[in-house]
Amino acid sequence: MISLEQQILQFVITGITIGSIYGLIGLGFSIIYNSTEIINFAQGEFVMLGGLITVTGIQVLHLPLPFAAILAVIMVAVIGIVMDLFAIRPLKDASAITLIIITIGASIFIRGVSSFVWGKEPYTIPAFSGEEPIPFFGAVIQPQSLWVLFITIVIVVGLKQFFDRTLTGKAMIACAFQPRAASLVGIDVSYMVLLSFGLSGAVGAAAGIVIAPMSMTQYDMGVMLGLKGFCAAIIGGLGYPWGAVVGGLALGILESLGAGLISSGYKDAIAFTILLLMLFFRPQGLLGKTKGDRV
Amino acid sequence: MTKSRLFRLAGIILPMALVIVLAAAPAYAHEEYKIGAIFASTGPASMLGLPEKNTVMMLEEALNAAGGIGGKKVEIIFYNTEADPTKTVTAVKKLIKKDKVEIIIGPTTSGTTLAIIDIIEKEKVPLISAAASVRIIKPVKPYVFKTPQTDVMAVEKIYERLQKNGIKRVAIITVANGFGDSGRNQLKILASKYGLTVVADERFGKKDTDMTVQLTKIKGTNAQAIISWDTNPGPAVIAKNRKALGIKIPLYNSHGVASKKFIELSGGAAEGTYLPAGKLLVVDQLTKNDPQRKVLTDYKNSYESKFGGSANTFGGHAYDAFQIAVKAIQNLVDKKIHVNRDSIRDELENITGFVGTGGIFNFSAKDHNGLTKEGFVLVEIENGDWKLAE
Amino acid sequence: MTFRSLLRSPYTGFIFFAVLLLLIPLAVTNEYYLNVLIIIGINSIIVMGLDLLMGYTGQISLGHAAFYGIGAYISGVLSAKWGVPPLMGLLLALVGVSIIAFTVGNPTLRLHGHYLAMATLGFGIIVFIFFQELDFLTGGPSGLVGIEAMTLFGITFDSDRSYYYLVSIVMLIILLLSINLVNSRVGRALRAIHGSEIAANVLGVKISRYKNGIFVISALYAAVAGWLYAHYITFISPSSFGFMFSIKLVTMVVIGSLGSLWGAIFGAALLTSLPEFLTVVEDYETVAFGIILMSVMIFMPRGLLRGIEDLVIKIFARISDRSEVQEKINE
Repeated sequence: MISLEQQILQFVITGITIGSIYGLIGLGFSIIYNSTEIINFAQGEFVMLGGLITVTGIQVLHLPLPFAAILAVIMVAVIGIVMDLFAIRPLKDASAITLIIITIGASIFIRGVSSFVWGKEPYTIPAFSGEEPIPFFGAVIQPQSLWVLFITIVIVVGLKQFFDRTLTGKAMIACAFQPRAASLVGIDVSYMVLLSFGLSGAVGAAAGIVIAPMSMTQYDMGVMLGLKGFCAAIIGGLGYPWGAVVGGLALGILESLGAGLISSGYKDAIAFTILLLMLFFRPQGLLGKTKGDRV
Repeated sequence: MTKSRLFRLAGIILPMALVIVLAAAPAYAHEEYKIGAIFASTGPASMLGLPEKNTVMMLEEALNAAGGIGGKKVEIIFYNTEADPTKTVTAVKKLIKKDKVEIIIGPTTSGTTLAIIDIIEKEKVPLISAAASVRIIKPVKPYVFKTPQTDVMAVEKIYERLQKNGIKRVAIITVANGFGDSGRNQLKILASKYGLTVVADERFGKKDTDMTVQLTKIKGTNAQAIISWDTNPGPAVIAKNRKALGIKIPLYNSHGVASKKFIELSGGAAEGTYLPAGKLLVVDQLTKNDPQRKVLTDYKNSYESKFGGSANTFGGHAYDAFQIAVKAIQNLVDKKIHVNRDSIRDELENITGFVGTGGIFNFSAKDHNGLTKEGFVLVEIENGDWKLAE
Repeated sequence: MTFRSLLRSPYTGFIFFAVLLLLIPLAVTNEYYLNVLIIIGINSIIVMGLDLLMGYTGQISLGHAAFYGIGAYISGVLSAKWGVPPLMGLLLALVGVSIIAFTVGNPTLRLHGHYLAMATLGFGIIVFIFFQELDFLTGGPSGLVGIEAMTLFGITFDSDRSYYYLVSIVMLIILLLSINLVNSRVGRALRAIHGSEIAANVLGVKISRYKNGIFVISALYAAVAGWLYAHYITFISPSSFGFMFSIKLVTMVVIGSLGSLWGAIFGAALLTSLPEFLTVVEDYETVAFGIILMSVMIFMPRGLLRGIEDLVIKIFARISDRSEVQEKINE
């Protein structure tokens, strides 16, 4: 038996873990959006690839977990770059509809190919540091949850530094706001777009790797996670690196409380209702300042 | 103006082309017994459908290599349903109208089976489904049969055990799809018969990655046992979350996890949990005189040597469906009765004492499944392997 | 009326198409092919509506399967639970869907591009979850059985042949309505919105009214299709109305040709019948689907039908150029 307070604490802990994952995936959306104003519907597939390539690294190549993980991050970054080269770059001045459909096509393609490479079965990778739960005021924390939080914080802080401090990072932001002006001041816009796809692939892969020990990984796991990550990015404010994480945490905690206190069957409906309300009443997101109503 | 004229021409040419393509329908005489097979070899149920398809293809090859039925070969015509009702309906019409099959085996899922029952009954083609739901054969429909043990039997097997252990209150956690839904209904309906109360009724989505919330709620009740109802990977996540939350009450899974994948995915977390399963899982532990032992060993060996991996009970359902269909045709040939859809249907109801992978089938006009809950055994997971728990 | 003006009329193609559709059952007697044509017809109805929204008005919807599902479920549930006749079911489905579409469309269509895509997608998923969770009505994830076969004005459409005629006639009516719509003042206003909303606004087009109107119309088309589907298969389950089906519908519109009703029908026919021809390579279907989607967008962004047409025109143009040059040389 467990008291209601302890239950709520447990819901919040779960929400924070899941929310961090949503946040990481949302971050991937934000990075590409930041430099291209494209929403990449294949972001969830990057997450799936991260998990599955790590599985191959461990089971087939017999690499230790950290190396397998690094290999996966690099490979998915390359896949992101390839996707930009072959699917995004050939289009010039394409409409939002066209770009949405292209990235949806890419996601279906990646999913199809993955189902050949890895089959349709789920896989798992071992938890990074054991599975002995840590007691916390009557609730418990899984060690992997701490890893999820840790990796999320590292990535977010790293990206923040990158966008704020480095010339390349600033150039990437400039591309989104004024691509023409950016190219006038000598920024290679297409290189920045390429970079953003690579970076976004890497972040997505990282999310896929840290979550795999808890949730398993399977060729079609990316669809729902991708959508939730997108919700996170929008709730927080598209294009704000912190926004996706704040949005992810908010979404994760609300979803988890909703499932726990209202109904677990309607869990996803709760998540998407929050999304719709945000879109209708505050499309710029929690952190956004400008008008989100982009023409 | 050329452009828009071309457009309008397209409106004329398009359907014409369609007619030409469609009119080229092949028509040929029956030189072999045609059996239609529809399984979800891709899509959300592919983990079930693929072994089913493999099994049937393997059996067709073996049967024809051995000379077929009474000198006539058997031809399997396979279509993928993707577990999609619309595609399944189309596939069934194709089998009935274009391929003119004698009998159909499959589909994989309960939803797709329910979707085609009307057509099957209208066209009077015998069907042996490989799906679990009891709704398929209850009430009895003249042309619809099925080989898997029903979820009723799985639930009864678990409840029997709980009752024996003096358990009164259970918590159930089921997936929101046809499989979980059907299990959830039976769990709720049958509880009172075994003196049980369902004190928590939690659900989760097929693609959910964490069930901590649902299990925390269960932890907050006075349940004495948890029953989870899903196919992999969901139950593995549940087993892991249960362990992480330090929940001590026993966990019972459905027969949907009956593959080694479950043990592998859940790491150590599946240790000490139970599931009802077909005997295929524990074939080595069966007594020497178990009537199913030979059938199960043969199927397991031939499947595993051909496709690798390990044979599972889902493939077994297709095995049973195929063998029963063949048996019915064989009987008709032996009795020198003309083989057609109606005679096959009648003959299916006469099949008794048929030893399959799922149990010993005794079909009758009132029972189109022909199994009892003895087709299931209760299995415990111990040291990363299945152990007969009886 | 001269032959030339006859060809130019938007109705000539329609009449040919109608005659052909109604003649097909004379040539095609196998019910399996009629079944495929029925599904194509049902899908075309939704896709035409979606094309009015996407192709003509420039607004994306990634949640149209929801309206298809609501149409199917309203009539299906009424029929299976209370024996309500299909015609009554259709009326109630249309009323229900128009209320939902109007309520949802109003705030949703104020959004643009990706925001609009995401909002419609979210709506689709929410509706899907309701199909699953309202199991006392919908039968839950395992589906709803016991929907009665289509009976209208005392005629029961229980064979594929009769159902084919029913679907064809409904589809032709909707096609005719759509042709009228796009050739009317409304159609011009829609295209103006597609071109530039700001410009359209300046010209006095009441954008939100038109956008909402067309959204409701396209939702109604989907509801009609859902109604036809429910009473044809006589079984429905949530899996037929999920996110992936919404994506498939968008693909049909895009592959056909955005902003062309014939393209919409072409796209629906192609994508519905393709898997039937591809059964040999079923495992590659998803991969092929992804490749087709991407390559059409990259190489023929105006859709397959227009893409082929452009190609033909280009070739003709080159031939006639060459002959002109030849003539000049001859002179």
